[in-house]
Amino acid sequence: MPKEYYLKTPLSEDDVRQLKVGDIVYLSGVVVTARDEAHKIALEKYERGEKLPINFGEVAVYHCGPVIKKIDDKWEVVAAGPTTSTRMELFEDKFIKIFKTRMIIGKGGMGSKTTAACKEVGAIYAAFTGGAAILAANAIKKVKTVYWLEELGMPEALWVFEVENFGPLIVTIDAHGNNLFEDVSKKVRERRNIAYKMAGVD
Amino acid sequence: MNVSELESIIEKSVVEGLRKAATVMPDDVFNELKRRLETEKNPIARSQLEAIVNNIELAIKLSKPICQDTGIVSFFVKLGDDFPIRSKLKEILQRATEIATKEVPLRPNAVDLLKGNTKTNVGLRGYIPWIYWELVPGDTLEIYVVPKGGGSSNVSKLFMLPPGVGWKGIKKAVIDAVIDAGSKGCPPYIIGVGIGGGEDMAMIIGKRALLRKIGERHPESFIANMELELLKAVNELGIGVMGLGEGPTAIDVHIEISARHPASLPVGIVMSCWALRHKKIVIDKEGNFQISD
Repeated sequence: MPKEYYLKTPLSEDDVRQLKVGDIVYLSGVVVTARDEAHKIALEKYERGEKLPINFGEVAVYHCGPVIKKIDDKWEVVAAGPTTSTRMELFEDKFIKIFKTRMIIGKGGMGSKTTAACKEVGAIYAAFTGGAAILAANAIKKVKTVYWLEELGMPEALWVFEVENFGPLIVTIDAHGNNLFEDVSKKVRERRNIAYKMAGVD
Repeated sequence: MNVSELESIIEKSVVEGLRKAATVMPDDVFNELKRRLETEKNPIARSQLEAIVNNIELAIKLSKPICQDTGIVSFFVKLGDDFPIRSKLKEILQRATEIATKEVPLRPNAVDLLKGNTKTNVGLRGYIPWIYWELVPGDTLEIYVVPKGGGSSNVSKLFMLPPGVGWKGIKKAVIDAVIDAGSKGCPPYIIGVGIGGGEDMAMIIGKRALLRKIGERHPESFIANMELELLKAVNELGIGVMGLGEGPTAIDVHIEISARHPASLPVGIVMSCWALRHKKIVIDKEGNFQISD
């Protein structure tokens, strides 16, 4: 049976090492959005020795391109569901190793490079229900600030959210080398012939 | 009703249609998702179906988009012969898209390849919002808005099969497409399959097939049976809700067929995430309008 956890950022290595794939997490604290461009730029800046606006080791990174409205100088989160994480597979292992980010949140799962980095560093990848944008927005209590908005535009910027019981987050890559999505896709490939047979395909 | 009054009513009704489409789930899809939650036993699948149902309810309550990805805007238009506004409609639909982007708001998703995001959901080159035109008898204007996210569009597929593979080859293509989609397009899926026509038409009728109600079968019993057969088969794959391996993989399969070229067998597979959103706006020439699923 999966266990339920209520965790708070900054997460320690012990916090995440206790989690197993299939566990359900509700997260409070600080979550920062980062998609393709933000990952790429953060790594480039790091390599050039430039200072980054955020310590990615103290927050959870969320694959999300939110819709945000400015009402009288205040940001209001309209919708903030996850985006497909596989695109970030290009950068995530490096990102986790450099910044020691303990929790990555997205949807659709990630690959073997990220799984290895999670195991090495002590990090997890958790899936938020894809498309459940309002549920996510509802758990975001405040937009603390935003970086790189001018350069990258609304969906790609680094939005810094204060969240309360953000979830359900399903642990799909744990810090022990397990990857739930990979297990499922292996099972699915094995069941291909059963589905063919049911549909009368030889 | 003079023409400029009617123009502004069309604009207003399309903005409202875009708002409703983005924020209010069609009843048939919502009821099916609720039914699946009631009967689901696995805790992981339940957590996801519950999140989905809660999210749909919150979206209605707060009048906010169900999913942040409100898609590339496209319209399916049926224009009555005697409806007084015709070529100007494109401009009105573009304007309504821009207004809805600010007011609903919709996520600005129109990215020009050379100049970047236009921030209005209107492209710079006259293509976006994309409009499908159909001329019909009568004096009304009917517009379907179908917000569709990029995640499930990225796992849609076109197969140009050799006709010799027959029905078996078509069914195999659908199963293979669902396997490839896996967790990536936010299952449980609704699968639109367009068979026949050319490469472009197969995709269009596949997308149109998504507008059919959940549980409603194709009028040809042979095709209707194939829909059910495929639905059962893809659910046997065990992809599950959000690809977590538990619960339903797909909640319906809709097939549309058209004539094909003797040398071609195009199969367009249009995958929709669980958030299958659409609304129909019907406007008469007196300016009365109605919005429904």
